[in-house]
Amino acid sequence: MIWLDTIVQGVLLGGLYALFAAGLSLVFGIMRLVNLAHGDLIVLAAFLILVLVTTLGLSPFVAILVAAPVMFGVGWLLQYHVLNRTLGDDILPPLLVTFGLSIVIQNALLEGFSADSRRIPAGGALETASVNLGQVSVGVMPLLTFLSAIAVIVGLKRIFYATALGRAFRATSDDPVTAGLMGIEPRRVFATATGIAMIVVTIAALYLGTRANFDPTIGPARLIYAFEAVIIGGLGSLWGTLAGGIIIGVAQTVGAAINPEWQILAGHVAFLLVLLFRPRGLFPRATD
Amino acid sequence: MALLETHALTARYGDFQALFGVDIAVDSSETVAVIGANGAGKSTLLRSIAGVLANTPEQVHFDGDAIGHLPAPEVMARGIAMVPEGRRLFPSLSVEENLLIGQYGRKADGVWSLESVFDLFPILRERRSSPGTALSGGQQQMVAIGRALMSNPRVLLCDEISLGLAPVVIRDIYAAFPRIRESGASIVIVEQDIGQAVKVADRVYCMMEGRITLEGKPADISREDIHAAYFGVAA
Repeated sequence: MIWLDTIVQGVLLGGLYALFAAGLSLVFGIMRLVNLAHGDLIVLAAFLILVLVTTLGLSPFVAILVAAPVMFGVGWLLQYHVLNRTLGDDILPPLLVTFGLSIVIQNALLEGFSADSRRIPAGGALETASVNLGQVSVGVMPLLTFLSAIAVIVGLKRIFYATALGRAFRATSDDPVTAGLMGIEPRRVFATATGIAMIVVTIAALYLGTRANFDPTIGPARLIYAFEAVIIGGLGSLWGTLAGGIIIGVAQTVGAAINPEWQILAGHVAFLLVLLFRPRGLFPRATD
Repeated sequence: MALLETHALTARYGDFQALFGVDIAVDSSETVAVIGANGAGKSTLLRSIAGVLANTPEQVHFDGDAIGHLPAPEVMARGIAMVPEGRRLFPSLSVEENLLIGQYGRKADGVWSLESVFDLFPILRERRSSPGTALSGGQQQMVAIGRALMSNPRVLLCDEISLGLAPVVIRDIYAAFPRIRESGASIVIVEQDIGQAVKVADRVYCMMEGRITLEGKPADISREDIHAAYFGVAA
C-alpha cells in the first residue's frame, strides 16, 4: 500500500521533471542547442509569476497568462539577437554563452530579490487539497502538474506534426539552407521555437514555485533533472522525456521511502543505470 | 525589360571566382536552358539568382526591381522558386509535407496545389504519407519539382534535375514540363545533359568557366557550336 502510494507520488513528480525538460528537449531537437541557462530561465519565470501574484494580487493561474507571453518575448529576443549568433558547426560557443547567461540571470535575481527563498502562494485550499483515487490519495497540485505535462506534450506534438510552423521547425532542423529556399527564415524559426520553449518554462515555473520554495540559485539543479529526463527518454522524443521524468521521479520517491537521504541520489543512480544499459535512451529517434 | 535579368553577375567562393560577369535574361513564360560542363558555374548562377549567394542589388533584376542583395526567403516570397541540385528533400517530412512546405513563404493564387501536383505526378499521391527520402531518385525529383511549384512561382529554377537518374526516368520528368509551361511560369533549366534541356527550351545559354559562351534558339545553334561552347574546342 505504502509502495503503491510511493510510486504514484513518484509518477506525479515525474510530471514536474518532464515540464522542466520539455522546453530543453524542444530547443535541442530543433537547433541542436544545449541551453545551460534553462534552469535559471525557469527560476526567472517563477520570480516573474511571484511579482505578478504579490503586486497585482492575481491568482498564479491567471498570472501565467501574463507571464507566458512575456517569457515568449524574452525567449524570442534572446534567441534572435544572442543565441542565433552562437549556432554553427562548433558546439562550444552555445555552451559558453548559455553558461554565462546562467550566471548573469542568477546574479541579477540575487540583486533584485536577495537570496531569501520564496514561494508563490497558490491559495491555501488548493495547496493542501487532495483527491482519493481508490487506494491512494494524491495532492491536487501534483495531479495538476502531471496533467499539465501531458497537455504540454500533446500541444507540442500537435504544433510539430499538424501545423505549418511545425513543418518549418522540422525542415529547418533538417537543412536550413534548403529551408531558406522555401521562404523559411531559420533565424526567425529558431526564435519562435525558443519563444514556445519559454512558454513551457513558464508553466514549469508555476508548479516549481507553488509546490516548493525556490531561490535564485536553484536553476542549475533543475537543469540537471531536465537533462536526465531528456537523455533517459532519448534525445528529441517528447513522450520519452515524460518517461524519463517519471523514472527519475519514481526513483527519487522510492529512494526516499527507503532512506530520506537517498532521494536525490536515487534519481541520479537511475539515470546512470539507464545510461549504462541504453546509452541512447529508451526511445531514441531513428536518426542522430 | 525581361522578367528576370542578371547584369555582370559575379560570384566567388573564397579566393575562387566562379562567375565572371554573367548576363542572362528570361522573359515571361519563357523556358531557358543553361548548359555547360561540370564546374562551368551553372549552379552558382542559379544559387546567386535564388539568393543563396549574396550579390550587389543591381546584379539581379526581377520584375523591374533590383533583388541581388535579398536573402533566399525574400527572393522566394517574390516568386522565384528553386529545385535545388540533389533534390534536398527534408528527411523528417512526409511526401505531402515536403510539398506543403513549398508554400511556406509564399501563398499565391495559381494552378498549383497539392491536388494539381498529384495530378502532374500521380505516383506521389500514392506515396503521400511516405517519408520523402524513402522514395526512388526519380520520385524524389518529382517531389522537389512539386515542392517548388506549390508556391505558384513566376520563375522556376531547376538545378540539374536529371543528375543521377536513369534516362527513362529523366524522360518521365521532362514529360511534365509542357504542363508546367502552360501554368505561365518562366523556367530556367540548368543541365549537363544537353538533350532533354534543349528539347524543351525556347532559348539556350552555354556556359564555360564562369562565362556565357553561346546564346541562341535551339533551332539556330548547330551541334558544333554547342560542342565548341561547351568544351572550348571545336568538334
